[in-house]
Amino acid sequence: MEKARPLWSNPLQFVFACISYAVGLGNVWRFPYLCQMYGGGSFLVPYVIMLLVEGMPLLYLELAVGQRMRQGSIGAWRTISPYLSGVGVASVVVSFFLSMYYNVINAWSFWYLFHSFQDPLPWSVCPLNANRTGYDEECEKASSTQYFWYRKTLNISPSIQESGGVQWEPALCLLLAWLLVYLCILRGTESTGKVVYFTASLPYCVLIIYLVRGLTLHGATNGLKYMFTPKIEQLANPRTWINAATQIFFSLGLGFGSLIAFASYNEPSNNCQKHAIIVSLINSSTSIFASIVTFSIYGFKATFNYESCLQKVILLLINSFDLEDGSVTADNLEQVKSYLASTYPSEYSAIAPQIRNCSLESELNTAVQGTGLAFIVYTEAIKNMEVSQLWSVLYFLMMLLLGVGSMLGNTMAIITPLTDSKFISSLLPREVISGLVCLINCAIGLVFTLESGNYWFDIFNDYAATLSLLLIVLVEAVALCYVYGLRRFERELQAMTGRALSWYWKILWAVVSPLLMVGLFIFYLSDYILAGTLQYQAWDASQGQLVTRDYPPYALAVIGLLVAASTMCVPLVALGTFVLRRLKRGDTAPVS
Amino acid sequence: MLWLFFFLVTAIHAELCQPDAENAFKVRLSIRTALGDKAYAWDTNEEYLFRAMVAFSMRKVPNRETTEISHVLLCNVTQRVSFWFVVTDPSKNHTIPAVEVQSAIRMNRDRINNAFFLNDQTLEFLKIPSTLAPPTDPSVPVWIIIFGVIFCIVVVAIALLILSGIQQRRRKNEGPSEVGDAEDKCENTITIENGIRCDPLDTKGGCVNDAFMTEEERLTPL
Repeated sequence: MEKARPLWSNPLQFVFACISYAVGLGNVWRFPYLCQMYGGGSFLVPYVIMLLVEGMPLLYLELAVGQRMRQGSIGAWRTISPYLSGVGVASVVVSFFLSMYYNVINAWSFWYLFHSFQDPLPWSVCPLNANRTGYDEECEKASSTQYFWYRKTLNISPSIQESGGVQWEPALCLLLAWLLVYLCILRGTESTGKVVYFTASLPYCVLIIYLVRGLTLHGATNGLKYMFTPKIEQLANPRTWINAATQIFFSLGLGFGSLIAFASYNEPSNNCQKHAIIVSLINSSTSIFASIVTFSIYGFKATFNYESCLQKVILLLINSFDLEDGSVTADNLEQVKSYLASTYPSEYSAIAPQIRNCSLESELNTAVQGTGLAFIVYTEAIKNMEVSQLWSVLYFLMMLLLGVGSMLGNTMAIITPLTDSKFISSLLPREVISGLVCLINCAIGLVFTLESGNYWFDIFNDYAATLSLLLIVLVEAVALCYVYGLRRFERELQAMTGRALSWYWKILWAVVSPLLMVGLFIFYLSDYILAGTLQYQAWDASQGQLVTRDYPPYALAVIGLLVAASTMCVPLVALGTFVLRRLKRGDTAPVS
Repeated sequence: MLWLFFFLVTAIHAELCQPDAENAFKVRLSIRTALGDKAYAWDTNEEYLFRAMVAFSMRKVPNRETTEISHVLLCNVTQRVSFWFVVTDPSKNHTIPAVEVQSAIRMNRDRINNAFFLNDQTLEFLKIPSTLAPPTDPSVPVWIIIFGVIFCIVVVAIALLILSGIQQRRRKNEGPSEVGDAEDKCENTITIENGIRCDPLDTKGGCVNDAFMTEEERLTPL
């Protein structure tokens, strides 16, 4: 007796699952960076255009495929064409790589969350050195937040060659993160469907609280003004458009197979067009919303640092020249400086090297993305707020929810094809399959808790998914429109949902989006080839800052393997199917 | 003669207390930074209090219990407010070694700070480093406690879900076997009658043959 496919209890669960998956850490820590680098307010123009031309159509395509085929990525693409099940396999491989390293971020969020219950926050003060006369040297050279991240959390080694040992604290947090993910996916859509109510909605609550707090911070308007001032000349820069396209593409999580998996648990009559539009709009608005929060916090941090810098200069001047305490303020600083320079030229030139030029713009210009933004810049801003423990807990709780929400989608992309396969699901029940996937990922993820783990994390983050996904989605779009047949799919969609496919979608699916994908793919490929040796940022403890180093050969080999493992699936499986069919035809020919 | 003597004494005093003199320390106060509007002005009375505090600190040192306020000399008071001080011995000819003064001040630093409503950063003794407060290290780090709590909750929840899943599956497996004998005919063969499989037969509530039309469908709707 065939078991009925589990379904979402209501369409809202499906929408929440998609939102929870798509709205992830990238919305919080990548979009504000891009916005800042590529023209502030004017970045929204290419962003919205790419959303309409690339994001929405491809999202609708994946949801429609999943809902129509009612199987995970491997089964769905096998139904479209047996030669193309490699696309599904590639999706599963990429999802596997992603879930390996993505949960480490959740482990770090847990670590910071657990440390937020202390007074003072551990990243706000430097620890003392051995004889208690001053602060730790590395902490003095860097800042206390950088020290806590690089030394206490990662215990990072100076280069990728020195791997060090497994750090038991992050390893424990990683174990907890995987247990939490396992708990959420244990019962399939039954449990996942309830969890996504929280992981989709709670981050918005926290973002709203942070918005109110952020906008009321001193100096927030500086950051907002800086961000939203449009720099129109950036629109002429091709990198702006490419980054907008890439951001939309990766932010929606296309090509991993998660969206296909989610949609496969839908009722066939579900209106996935409406849901696709809703999800993509919510995803993009969340990015913009999160960047408002981020930039008010940036502005606060930059203003705080600027004012501290001024205070240091003022202190230096009044100490050196024995001026009255309080006589020099930020307003008359320049006049005082010129007066002193003219009246006491010799003494002034003696201390002149120590006088830093404090500039608000240079503080705001420090654009950071990724883990640096989340764990260094944000924590630096939080430690200066009142009741910093509360804000810290809220912030890392939000990071955790965003991360776990995305992990649910990732693991579902791996597990759905496995449970769909009759062979595997007859051997093992669903809980055991999920448990095994989590266990394997956790074991491999321990690599990222080594002392050099963060360098491997960067490798995975930069190379595991980027090129492969572009290829996967390109093949998906081309396969659906030209191999399966756009008209045939249109007819089936109409029969399934009762709504006709408008010409807008047809043109985008058949022509525009594939061309965009090809363009992006060529650009990235040429970028990698032209870059020559790949380099990475290593933390130098003696200087207290990041330095650039070259990757050693075996790291380059791993990068190559990562990209090849997923991209090669497509042609290899096609070839394999071709060979198998030939053999089968060869077997049956003599009989008939 | 008296004038000469007076002149000599002040001259000696002036020599004893000078910027960068032997055993002299520079002190720097940032009263306005510390107290803002409630800042007090630095006058000779405050200087007297300071000299009293230093004398008090010296008196706590063994062998120096006879230090008087007049033994503490201040000089070069600037607008900043900063000045130099030395502590002389009872003969008022030599200054007490810097090491003794330093240790005395360090022992009583917080008393001196409190007398002026200042702290280590706003009342600075240059060349006397302040001992930084040791970090409070609880016996069990806080984060492990919270980690332990959440870990236990998650493990218990997983165990509950798995157990209830196993129970459900056992109930489902037992369910069909109870009414299995009567339903053998329906279960063993997957027959198709009238294009409808026997699968959707409800095994719990008896055999419902979908081939029969239900009451509502017998009559065509209007």
